[in-house]
Amino acid sequence: MTALPRAEQLGLIGCTVCGLVSRAPDFDDAGCSRCGSALRRRKTASLSRTWALLIAAFIAYVPANVLPIMRTASLGDIDDNTILSGVLELWNKDSQALAVIVFSASIVVPMLKFFALLVLLICVHRRSHWAQPQRAKLYRLIELIGHWSMLDVFVVALLTALVRFNLLSSVEPLPGVIFFGLTVVLTMFASLSFDPRLTWDDEEPHD
Amino acid sequence: MTEQQPPNEGPQDLPQPIVRKKRFSASWIWLVPAIAAVVGASLVIRSALEAGPQITISFQSGEGLEAGKTPVKYKSVVIGTVHSLGLSADRKNVLVRVNLHKSAENFATESTRFWVVRPRIGLGGVSGVDTLFSGAFIGADIGDSTESRKDFVGLENPPSVTHGTPGKSFELHSADLGSIDVGSPIYYRRIQVGHVTSYQLAPDGKSVSLHVFIDSPSDRFVTQATRFWNASGVDVSLGANGLKLNTESLATVIAGGIGFQDAPGPQDDTPADADTSFVLFGDEATAMRPPDGEPRYVRMRFDQSVRGLDVDAPVEFLGIDIGHVVSVNLDYDEKTQRFPIIVGAVIYPRRLGRAQTKLAAIAAKHGDGDNIAQTLGVLVSHGLRAEAKNGNLLTGQLFIGLDFVPGAPKVAFDAAAKPLEIPTVRGSLSQLQERLDSIVGKLQKVPFDKIGNHLDDSLGQLSSTLQHLNTDLLPQLKGSLQGINNTLGSADKALSSDSPLQQNLGLTLEELQRTARSLRVFTDYLSAHPEALIRGRRPDPAPKPESRPGSTHASPAPPPQGSQP
Repeated sequence: MTALPRAEQLGLIGCTVCGLVSRAPDFDDAGCSRCGSALRRRKTASLSRTWALLIAAFIAYVPANVLPIMRTASLGDIDDNTILSGVLELWNKDSQALAVIVFSASIVVPMLKFFALLVLLICVHRRSHWAQPQRAKLYRLIELIGHWSMLDVFVVALLTALVRFNLLSSVEPLPGVIFFGLTVVLTMFASLSFDPRLTWDDEEPHD
Repeated sequence: MTEQQPPNEGPQDLPQPIVRKKRFSASWIWLVPAIAAVVGASLVIRSALEAGPQITISFQSGEGLEAGKTPVKYKSVVIGTVHSLGLSADRKNVLVRVNLHKSAENFATESTRFWVVRPRIGLGGVSGVDTLFSGAFIGADIGDSTESRKDFVGLENPPSVTHGTPGKSFELHSADLGSIDVGSPIYYRRIQVGHVTSYQLAPDGKSVSLHVFIDSPSDRFVTQATRFWNASGVDVSLGANGLKLNTESLATVIAGGIGFQDAPGPQDDTPADADTSFVLFGDEATAMRPPDGEPRYVRMRFDQSVRGLDVDAPVEFLGIDIGHVVSVNLDYDEKTQRFPIIVGAVIYPRRLGRAQTKLAAIAAKHGDGDNIAQTLGVLVSHGLRAEAKNGNLLTGQLFIGLDFVPGAPKVAFDAAAKPLEIPTVRGSLSQLQERLDSIVGKLQKVPFDKIGNHLDDSLGQLSSTLQHLNTDLLPQLKGSLQGINNTLGSADKALSSDSPLQQNLGLTLEELQRTARSLRVFTDYLSAHPEALIRGRRPDPAPKPESRPGSTHASPAPPPQGSQP
């Protein structure tokens, strides 16, 4: 892996926004001379920010699953559902396809993101050379699918707005959905603050 | 390590980065998980604080209950939720674990009652309609107790009185339940003022005790003197005033009910305390009667048949119902070798009313222990006797009548005997029977045969007499009748229109008429010419004026007369 020279070794730095290659600055808080965006060798405090956001997201994920996210009331029959109970209900009511979609969007994707980010972070800390190309792919994957987790939040928001037949039936959002949205947003920020270039660094990362 | 490498040969013409202003410190980012942790922790703490006690309620059936969903409500406010459902160890009951809210902590106390609210449709009305849509819920009613409790036995039916309802509860005792049910209405002057809350058999199984609840303010009408009666059904009575149909309300006919009112007359009208016991009478008439007081058992011994005397037949004293027969048994007397009938009866001395109080006072003066026995002894010595009387000539029902029988043989009365024995006389009907018997005996002595023979002879003579009459007398009678007939025929002929007698008579009458006319002419002439009596009649004169009046009738032609008018 030492075959290719690093930009660092060549005294160069690239702008991540417009792609302009500049001379490596000898001061902090450098900006791209063309587009003005920040020029950093690596994202500032990438690891600690990712860790912090990931932990916050994980904390928020617990109430998101424990607390009910939605209340459906029809003819006085009040039904509070958590994410998991909603999935089970869909499954039991012969909507297996829908259950799978909701399950993957609400349970699988967030868990996958937690797991993937955890793997990436640990590998970076250990300066592991293990499966570096796959780790890069993994990062791109979580960037791609991360937005889909908001499906649940959208469903609740939509139903709440649409299903308003007072006595006959109505849908109300419950605190769980706020925590769930928070989880999704935090994981998105976490994956954003992670610098994939760290995957390729050999040495001790510096903040 | 960044600045170790000197700028290399290649990118000399590369642009220099510009300086940007400083951004916030990186370590601030840790605030995010810190805030998340605080929020998370506060949630946990809050839920821990909000969680009330968990209680277990056992029901006979878990119908309509859902874990995690079915609410527990008190006055329509949710105070908890069913956490889980399970079976008891013996699989007889359903154990419902309920998480109560923190605010409902005091519901986990001794006297709290729980029941499942389901839609109910009964004769008394419809309840729990809202649960048709929302599903069943568990109702709760809190009591006064502060003693903590976690295990409850749920009621199968909603309690009819919730805690704290103003009013009073009373206990009623009755021989049977009738058609009364929990929730049956209670009427005071036909206004519903309460209802039956529960009923159960007495421990010995010989009566039923009911609990009733009278709502405030009507509960003050229940006094020490109040009488309760079963108002179920229709009371039809046929009295001197005709047929009378009486019922509290149409609902009680079907669903049953209880009425109450104070006994008539001056009474102790202080309101009764809660949980006072009352007797539930079978009907209003019984309830309104003066209290019977202590019953006395008496015995009577009859030597004749008591066919038609049933248990419960009335015992009447001078026509007043004072008790009833409780037993009719056969006995055997070895000495006389007869079968006397022992009739046991219960009498209520207080039904005698004022007489009883007076008699008791007199008996008390004598200073003996048992007033009633003493009184009865006096009465028996005055001729009081029991008698099986006929109450209904059609059915032959008997009743026991206590009457003073004049000239009754003296009997010994043992006032100390238990039970008291009232001497008896034979019933009037059986006496009548005896008299009839003796009459029949006398009738039997009459020589009907001899009388018959005499009668036969007499009839034979009568027959021969009649025959004689037929043969001799009747033909003569016939001849006489014919003679009469002939006589009448000739009379008829003589009187017919063409008979000579009739013609002669006509001629005679004509003659008589002519005679009368000539007589009139004569008298007229005489009145005109009275002298004619002496001188005799003159020849008819020539017409002269002066003779005009006399010649009015006699002259053949008086011309001037005709032309004058």
